[in-house]
Amino acid sequence: MDILRFITCGSVDDGKSTLIGRLLYDSDSVSLDVLATLEKKRNATNSTDVDLALLTDGLKAEREQGITIDVAHKYFTTPRRKFIITDAPGHVQYTRNMVTGASNADLAIVLVDARQGVIEQTRRHTLLASLLGIRQFVLAVNKLDLVGYDEAVFQQIVADYQEIAGQLKLAHVVAIPLSALHGDNVVKRSKHIDWYHGPSLLEHLESVPVPADANPHEPRFQVQYVIRPQTEELPDYRSYAGRIQSGTYRVGDRVRVWPSGLETVIDVIEIDQKAVASATAPQGVVLSLRDDVDVSRGSTIVPVSAHPAVVRELEATLCWMDERPLRAGRKLLVQHHAAVVKASVTTILQKTDIETFESQGTDEAKLNDIVRVRLKTALPLVVDEYRQNRATGAFILVDEQTGATLAAGLVAATDPEYFTQEIPVEPAFSI
Amino acid sequence: MDYLDRLEAEAIHILREVAGQFERPALLFSGGKDSIALTRLAEKAFRPGKFPFPLVHIDTGHNFAEIIAYRDKLVASLGEKLVVRKVEDTIRARGLREPGGKYPSRNPLQTYTLLDVIEEFEFDACIGGARRDEEKARAKERIFSVRDDFGQWDPKRQRPELWNIYNGRIRKGENVRVFPISNWTELDVWNYIQREKIALPEIYFSHERQCVVLPSGQLLGLSEHLNLDDTDEIVNRRVRFRTVGDSTCTAAVESDAASVDDIIQDLLLAKVSERGATRLDDNLSETGMEDRKRNGYF
Repeated sequence: MDILRFITCGSVDDGKSTLIGRLLYDSDSVSLDVLATLEKKRNATNSTDVDLALLTDGLKAEREQGITIDVAHKYFTTPRRKFIITDAPGHVQYTRNMVTGASNADLAIVLVDARQGVIEQTRRHTLLASLLGIRQFVLAVNKLDLVGYDEAVFQQIVADYQEIAGQLKLAHVVAIPLSALHGDNVVKRSKHIDWYHGPSLLEHLESVPVPADANPHEPRFQVQYVIRPQTEELPDYRSYAGRIQSGTYRVGDRVRVWPSGLETVIDVIEIDQKAVASATAPQGVVLSLRDDVDVSRGSTIVPVSAHPAVVRELEATLCWMDERPLRAGRKLLVQHHAAVVKASVTTILQKTDIETFESQGTDEAKLNDIVRVRLKTALPLVVDEYRQNRATGAFILVDEQTGATLAAGLVAATDPEYFTQEIPVEPAFSI
Repeated sequence: MDYLDRLEAEAIHILREVAGQFERPALLFSGGKDSIALTRLAEKAFRPGKFPFPLVHIDTGHNFAEIIAYRDKLVASLGEKLVVRKVEDTIRARGLREPGGKYPSRNPLQTYTLLDVIEEFEFDACIGGARRDEEKARAKERIFSVRDDFGQWDPKRQRPELWNIYNGRIRKGENVRVFPISNWTELDVWNYIQREKIALPEIYFSHERQCVVLPSGQLLGLSEHLNLDDTDEIVNRRVRFRTVGDSTCTAAVESDAASVDDIIQDLLLAKVSERGATRLDDNLSETGMEDRKRNGYF
C-alpha cells in the first residue's frame, strides 16, 4: 500500500480542522472513546452538532481561541491508501508552520470559504506550496451550504483561482464544491450539489497519483555517521552510515568524495548488516569504500558520472521565519542536511509580492517574506537546484547563537558564470 | 518500497542524526513495545558498532514484574549499557509526596526523576518512543523537540521543521527530545514487530490475571501498590495489555490474542483508541498530556 502525504491550507476560519475532522469521522477513522469526548463537549455547550475541529485542535490555546496554532499530524487508512494529513494553521502569524507542513507534502488542499472567495491567504499558501515543490492541488470550496449550494458562486471562485494557477503554472488542480460541516462531497457525494459530477474529496485523494517510488534523480548520498566499532573482532572496520537522498547506488560505482574531491569505488553496501548489490532512495545504508580517503559527517559521496554543483556561492529563495528581519551582510549557519557551514547573506536581490506574484527590489526580509538572496559559504556545499532535486536543493538557515531556525532555503542557481551576469529578471518563485 | 520500509528508513535517519548532532544522547527505555521497536531500529542504524547512547529506564517502582525481567534480558543480549534511576529515590531525596487514592499513580512523579537524570549525565538529547497518533498534544509535537533549562515544552515556540532536515542546535542547559517513530501508528508498530519477529514481554499476550474492576468497567491488574477496600471487586480474567505503563494506571483489555498475528487481527477491529482503552491518568482533564509535557514530562 502506498502513502499520500497531504497538507490542508487556507485562511483562518475556512474550516480546515473541521474538514479533516469530517474526513476522519465519515471514513470511520475516529475511535469510540474520542467520539465520546466530543459528545460530552457537545452536551456541555448545548450545541446540535459535535465540533469536528476538536479532533485536530489539541492544544489548550487552540481550544480557547478556536484556531489552529501548530501543525497537527493525523493518520488514517482506507482500503486503497494510507494517508498522513498535515493540518497547518491559516493565521498569517503562523505561516512558518504552514511551510513546515508543505515541505513534506505531496498534495495541497487549498480551502476557500465560499462566502469570502479567493483572498490573500489563498494566494500566499498556493504560492508557498508550489514553491516548495507540491505539484498536486485541490481547490476545496467550503461552506457551500451557507451560499445555498449555488453553482455560480463555485464557478466564480474556480475562475478566480484559475488565474493564480495560471500565474504559478500549476498543472494539476481539481476543484471540489463541499461543506465540511455537513459532510457534502467530503467522503460521500452530496445530495445538495446535484450540478457537480466529479469525485468526492476522499475519492480524489484515493486515486490521485503519488509521486513515483522510483526516484528519477541522480544518485546522492551524504554521510550522517561514521561507524567504527574498534572491537577485537573488528579493529579496523570503518564505514559510512546515511540515507540515500536520491537515485540508486551499486557496488562497484566509481564515486567522488567531497570535500576532498578524491575518487574511489564503493566496495560494500550494507542494510541491517547484510551486504546488498544496490540500494535506492530513501533507504538507509552503510557504505564501505575501497580507498582510505578522508570522510566524516557531512561528506558527500556521488558518482563521478553525475555530478552535483560544488559551490561556495549560490543564489537561493528564502522563506524568512524570524521576527528579526534579515539584512545583507548577516552571518549565519547553513544546515544542508548533515553539513553545517558558516555563511553570509551577501545581497538581498528581491522579494515576491503576494498579491501580484511579481518581484520587487528590497534590502531586507521581514517575517514571512519570500526573498531571493545570494549566499557565500565558508566551505563548499554540494548541492543541486531545488527544481531538479527536492532533497539536495533544500537547506535551512540557523542562528549561530540561539540555534533558532531562521529560514527555509531553496537552491535557485549555482552556475558560477551566473554570478558575473546582471541581477536576473526571473521571479523569485519560479523554481 | 513498502510503507513500513519508508517508516523504518525515516526512523533510522533520525537516530543517526541524533548520533551525529549530539554529544551525550540517551534512549529512554520503558520496556513497552514502542521503546523495544526503537532498540531494533538502533541496531539497524548502528551495528556492527555500539549504540552511541545508553538505555535509560525511569523505574517508578510500580512496574509489572515481567517488564523488568524482559528489560534485563534484552539489555544483556544487546550488550549495551543500561542506566536505571528510581522514582522511589527521587521521592526520598526531594521529600515529594506519594500519590494518594485507591489507584496511586507515580506517573507524574517520573518527570522529576527524568529531569534529574538528564542533569546528572548532562544528556543533551533524549530519544523516546512517543507517537503522534497516541494523543492530541503529541500530534502537535515536532520530531526534534527543544526543551528549555527547566525541561519545559512550549508548543507556541516550536522550531519549524523543514523537509527531513533536523536542527538540534541548542544552548547549554537546553536539551532535545527526539521521537523517531512520530509518524508510526499503533498498527504500524505491531506490523513491524511481526515483520522483524521481535520478542515482547509476556503481558502483551493473553494470560489469566487477577484484576480489580474499576467503576468505569476497566480492568486493572491486581498489585500490592493499590489501596483497595472491601467494596472492590476482584475477578479472574483472560487479559492482555495494549500498552505498558505503571501497573497502577494502565488498564488491561479482555482478549484471547495469544500471538502477534492475533493482536493485529484484534487491532484491525478495535473501536477504542490505545489510550482510551488503557490509560487512567489522561482522562483526568482534557489537556492532561499537554500540561505534563509543558512541565518536562517525556
